Amino acid sequence: MNLTQLGYGKKAVITKVNGQILALKLFEMGILPGEEVELENVAPFGDPIAINLSESKVCLRMQDASCVEIKLID
Amino acid sequence: MEQKEITVALVGNPNCGKTSLFNALTGLNHKVSNFPGTTVEKKTGSFKLSPEKNAHIIDLPGTYSLYPKSADELVTYEILRNKAETNYPDLVVFIADASNLKRNLLLFTQVADLKVPIVLVLNMLDVAERRGIKYDLAKLEEKLQVPIISINARKKEGIDKLKEVLLDEKLRVTAKYFSLERVNQQMLLDLSKITDKRNKYAALQYAINASSLISEKAKRLTEVFKHYEFDIISFQEDEVLTRYKIIDETVKYARLKNTSQLKASVTAKVDKVLTHRYYGIGIFLVLLLLVFQAMFSWSEYPKDWLEVGLGAFTDYVEKTLPAGVLNDLIVHGVLAGLTGVMVFLPQIILLFLFIAILEDVGYMARVGFIMDRIMRPFGMNGKSIVPLIGGMACAVPSIMATRSIENKKERLITILVTPLMSCSARLPVYTLLIGMMLEDTAKWGPFNVHGLVLMLMYLIGFGAAILSAWVFKLFIKQKEKTYFILELPGYKVPVFSNLLITIYEKGSAFVFGAGKIIIAVSVILWVLASTGPHANMQMVESKYSTILQNDTLTEAAKKEITLQMNAQKLEASYAGEFGKLIEPVIRPLGFDWKIGIALLTSLAAREVFVGTMNTIYSVNDDGDNSFGHIKTKMMAEINPRTGKPSYNTATFLSLMIFYAFAMQCMSTIAIVKKETDHIKWPIIQFLYLTALAYGSSFLVFNLFS
Repeated sequence: MNLTQLGYGKKAVITKVNGQILALKLFEMGILPGEEVELENVAPFGDPIAINLSESKVCLRMQDASCVEIKLID
Repeated sequence: MEQKEITVALVGNPNCGKTSLFNALTGLNHKVSNFPGTTVEKKTGSFKLSPEKNAHIIDLPGTYSLYPKSADELVTYEILRNKAETNYPDLVVFIADASNLKRNLLLFTQVADLKVPIVLVLNMLDVAERRGIKYDLAKLEEKLQVPIISINARKKEGIDKLKEVLLDEKLRVTAKYFSLERVNQQMLLDLSKITDKRNKYAALQYAINASSLISEKAKRLTEVFKHYEFDIISFQEDEVLTRYKIIDETVKYARLKNTSQLKASVTAKVDKVLTHRYYGIGIFLVLLLLVFQAMFSWSEYPKDWLEVGLGAFTDYVEKTLPAGVLNDLIVHGVLAGLTGVMVFLPQIILLFLFIAILEDVGYMARVGFIMDRIMRPFGMNGKSIVPLIGGMACAVPSIMATRSIENKKERLITILVTPLMSCSARLPVYTLLIGMMLEDTAKWGPFNVHGLVLMLMYLIGFGAAILSAWVFKLFIKQKEKTYFILELPGYKVPVFSNLLITIYEKGSAFVFGAGKIIIAVSVILWVLASTGPHANMQMVESKYSTILQNDTLTEAAKKEITLQMNAQKLEASYAGEFGKLIEPVIRPLGFDWKIGIALLTSLAAREVFVGTMNTIYSVNDDGDNSFGHIKTKMMAEINPRTGKPSYNTATFLSLMIFYAFAMQCMSTIAIVKKETDHIKWPIIQFLYLTALAYGSSFLVFNLFS
């Protein structure tokens, strides 16, 4: 599953980040494999989304979020 | 020999407290200029390290990595990579947000690997502690092998300790974190032949960044990469992930056990409301309305004081200086123009203050978040909202602020439409015109009608910006893929002293920057308005001198005739001639030749309109009471062509629309040329804005008259 499918209040861990230059930018912003994520806000019209990482909060578009593969933590 | 001055560069991620530290170190002892040959804003300052030693400090734009993706990040990279650069630092002060240490250290290790002496400054330890994060700084120092100083930039704590460390040359060390052993060594040699022989990491990094440009060197670099089958992007990804691994070990080693459980953060709670899916945008609009209402009503008193004070000053100068041409030039030329604009300083300062507060608190980033989806169909993204809102203060710094937009097309569109946002220079124009159109006390419910009309003008500007962006989107091609990733920093209470410094910077830029233009334009205008083709002026004077010599005239009648003479003199002057020359072009918009003169002088800067009107109506005056009555004078003006007042609602609306759209700002034209690196874009911008202004004014004038 990918980041766009994460629901409110659910925690997940990033398993893989796809997409060449986009991946590099995501890494630099702290979105990288092994990091825990949580969906925190959804902007008006459902896009972009704001996610919580362990130490920061970042927002990104659904299209970019679909490149981030995740696994739910129970 | 010991140096007397050291150069220090301040480097760090965005939102890590860099500006607060810079202000804490330098106070008001700094200046804002440009890096040579660029428009990139360069903040430099100096402070004493010891009685004998000075530090010269450069504040570099915040960046997330040394692989720049936007124009502002490029500046930081360019300064740090090039040892021959005059701004190349003796020492880097790297400021890191301790509550987000991992990501901050990524850039830190990249900078350190360039082999520049570096110290690590940890800021926001209090924020980290509130989130249950605490570090053993001795252990962190042991792992990173560089001096570490903890500070609180907002409270100005730890600054003296930092200065001590900067002074101690023994502490000026370099560190190495990332190893290039997995990279083909022969390739590194080949690359450094093309670049230069610095350390290998710097050479490779430069080669990667330079290979994406279009130049002879880039071609050769690309060939080397191709020859060794070196995949740039996977190397960069590998580099970043390896660095994170090193950082992870370091951070884990130095981190103390969680002392407290994570509390639900204030930021999360506030964001639940402010970025709400359904009413987030509503809150934003209400906030804007409040800002404009406050800007309008709070500035009333200081504006009155300024008016009275400057008026008294003008009177004093007029009475003190010996009567004659010089007196006339200073009073009716320079002072009339200058005071007309300076009374708007309170409003302009308030606007800059509100924008600075919204930015400092962290709300601007949220606006980017909630507006991204709305901006997208118009070829812009959420980051465009900051320049657009900033454009309400001034287009020049806002166009510079577009540098943070990574995508070239989105950045270009944002630059092209930002001048449509109603900037503070239009405020004097709108305020003057609204004041003549409506009663001061007009209310609509609890709102001041002036404020509402003003808000409407801002909305019209925004609407025009959005629509023009949509048109540009259809015409400008693009190759790059667009993305939008934005950090939402934790909310903070703004630091009062930072706000004061911002106001001081912006205020003095307005007074001295705009002041210079206004004085120059006023003087030229005064000369043009008080002299004219000899024959014309002679005719008017001789015609009236015989009439005025008639002793049977009463004082009142004489006054009336002098007024008529002055009006005819202005008409006969060079300025009058010029205004008449363009009158046929602007007549369809409802403008006469006097407005024509003002339109022309406003090409330098919009606020000159008010100064020009002041100068024109002050020259066209019998001498007494030259200040503050421009409103009355303009309202009393009769158009000789129609026999009706020159100014009516249709004229006011038409004028306001013209000023809302027209590109009347030399500084903006200059900055657009520099930022887009091509004369083509300011020309296109000037033409479309002029056409838009003319067309809309024509429409409005004919609809309302």
